[in-house]
Amino acid sequence: MSAKGAGNEGKIETVEEHPLDHILRQDRLPHIWCPGCGLGSAMTCFAQAIERVDIPLKKQVLLSGIGCTGRIAGYVNVDSYHTTHGRAIPFATGLKIANPELCVTVFSGDGDLFAIGGNHFLHAARRNVDINVICVNNFNYGMTGGQQGPTTPVEAKTSTTRYGSFEHPFNLPYLAAAIGAVYVSRWTTLHCRHLEKSMEKALQKKGFTFIEIISPCPTGFGRPNKLGEGLEELRYYREKSVIKNDASWDELELHMRGEEPVVVGDFVDTERPTYLELEEQMLRAKGLMK
Amino acid sequence: MKAVLTGSHFMLGDIACAEGALAAGCKFFGGYPITPATETAERMALRLPQVGGHYIQMEDEIGSLAAVLGASCAGVKSMTATSGPGFSLMQENIGLGIVTETPCVIVNVQRGGPSTGLPTLAGQADMMQAKWGSHGDYEAIAYVPNSCQEMFDFTIKAFNTAEKYRQPVFVMADEIIGHMTERVVIPGPKKIKLVSRKRPKRKKNYLPFKPDKDLIPPMALAGEGYGIHVTGLTHDARGYPVIDEETQHEMVTRLIEKIRRHAPKIWEFEEVMTEDADIVVVSYGAASRSAGRAVNIARKEGIKAGLMRLITVWPFPEKRIKELAESAKAFVVPEINMGQISREVERFASGRVLSVTHAGGGMLSPEAVLQKIKEVAK
Repeated sequence: MSAKGAGNEGKIETVEEHPLDHILRQDRLPHIWCPGCGLGSAMTCFAQAIERVDIPLKKQVLLSGIGCTGRIAGYVNVDSYHTTHGRAIPFATGLKIANPELCVTVFSGDGDLFAIGGNHFLHAARRNVDINVICVNNFNYGMTGGQQGPTTPVEAKTSTTRYGSFEHPFNLPYLAAAIGAVYVSRWTTLHCRHLEKSMEKALQKKGFTFIEIISPCPTGFGRPNKLGEGLEELRYYREKSVIKNDASWDELELHMRGEEPVVVGDFVDTERPTYLELEEQMLRAKGLMK
Repeated sequence: MKAVLTGSHFMLGDIACAEGALAAGCKFFGGYPITPATETAERMALRLPQVGGHYIQMEDEIGSLAAVLGASCAGVKSMTATSGPGFSLMQENIGLGIVTETPCVIVNVQRGGPSTGLPTLAGQADMMQAKWGSHGDYEAIAYVPNSCQEMFDFTIKAFNTAEKYRQPVFVMADEIIGHMTERVVIPGPKKIKLVSRKRPKRKKNYLPFKPDKDLIPPMALAGEGYGIHVTGLTHDARGYPVIDEETQHEMVTRLIEKIRRHAPKIWEFEEVMTEDADIVVVSYGAASRSAGRAVNIARKEGIKAGLMRLITVWPFPEKRIKELAESAKAFVVPEINMGQISREVERFASGRVLSVTHAGGGMLSPEAVLQKIKEVAK
């Protein structure tokens, strides 16, 4: 809906169609996410990105594992696969290799991609399989009610760290860069324009790309950690986030409390032959490919 | 290079399996090295690039099967080969393959278990795992070869059945057959019957999980413009998750009926001298070779023994067991495990069922089977 400008006070015009209606599965909405959750913003950015890039929607495939973020695959109106917990990346690897024409994106959460699925992330990045991984990091397992995960900051409270977490979390951009991702960026759900641009870039870039999206989870993480409701956490992002593309890896650690900054930006943008390019190169040299 | 190596070969069982896959049109192998199935992976790594396919060595067996399912969803005939420990790791994605109705072939060259067990020695103790290994209710399809020729033939059968019924199909081989070298005759490509998955005819009103009358839904692939959603959650005909009792009932019942209703067409077994048999020996895989010999000796000694060799252990050919039970006085079930399929025989045989067990690590001997036949004959 949109309210018209001067001269039409009091009149509200109902717009029948939203410009992104065809990108989302209308018959699947409303979504299941809690009020204040950042997943709606993340999904909207993705919907805009896949529409804007010069890749036909029918060639786009979206995959996810299990969890709140895992449900995104069910809402976006492209071929989509909601796989087992942690296994979207190897599923995507098979899909991409079997049909290299497809633009393959894995959209999943921090627990799915980095705890149970951590090993697959490492190896897909190492191989430089031409897929995009987008991780919504909300610092906890939201779907099961807010347990500690691989990105929960030290001291943070969750339903399984009642005295504060005493595990060191992953620094995801550092990890992705170290194992060979050709494009690495991080934004919060407040940085919609930047995030969308990064997604467009990742979709069009050859090789293994990684985007981390810092997102509020008021139900599972915001409340116990005094970050407040969704809107308050967005305010926190506005106050504490710093765009720094050349940040040192140390600066990318996240504490999500006190005066510590949330450093965002485009950290890696490089080139490296992809899995399929290397395969082709080797086989061609042996006369096995024309 | 040709996909079908027509001719007569002296070939390792594991390699015959790979050649069978290639003859069936397999173009994707996702695997992880594991004894005694490694030779199948090695052969596929050598051969797939020769026929325009892809071999990828994944980081583990969980990833292997995930990649195989992904490749199948892109429309490519796909497989993996493993042994017990890897088969255990694959169980969750077997469930995903069942519920998303994604055709693929999983070869298990069985070794001794539990756990790391006997990597280089035979076992047949994963037979029940093939039926029940993944959580939830489903029907399994499993072929059991007992020669190198059958490693070739049954891998083709497994692909055809997987494509036809849209589900993962197992080839439950064992170390003895996998590591044995025998003559394998590969026919000309035109003589090999191939089946491909049913495909949707039009986009309009297409529902990815709406079955035809045969309970099998036509399969749309990724990238064809159908905009399908495929999930491991309980789903309706649209493929959308629906978390309720009714949808669960409808989906699970159909998936099970899809196999049960067609079971008479899937069942395969071979019978030797069962027409007048008092004692029917039911066996499969490596153990069935010893069983066959024991039956022959028993006959020479005047005991009316016969052999029913299972080619499909799943779905279990219960109807034939019931028929044989009408005239047979007893069943003897030799297998290289502590008595898995003998219990299945017991469920359908009204007569006596005696197990001949072997904990694994070697071949079950014909003498052991013969001894049991003689005990029963007394």
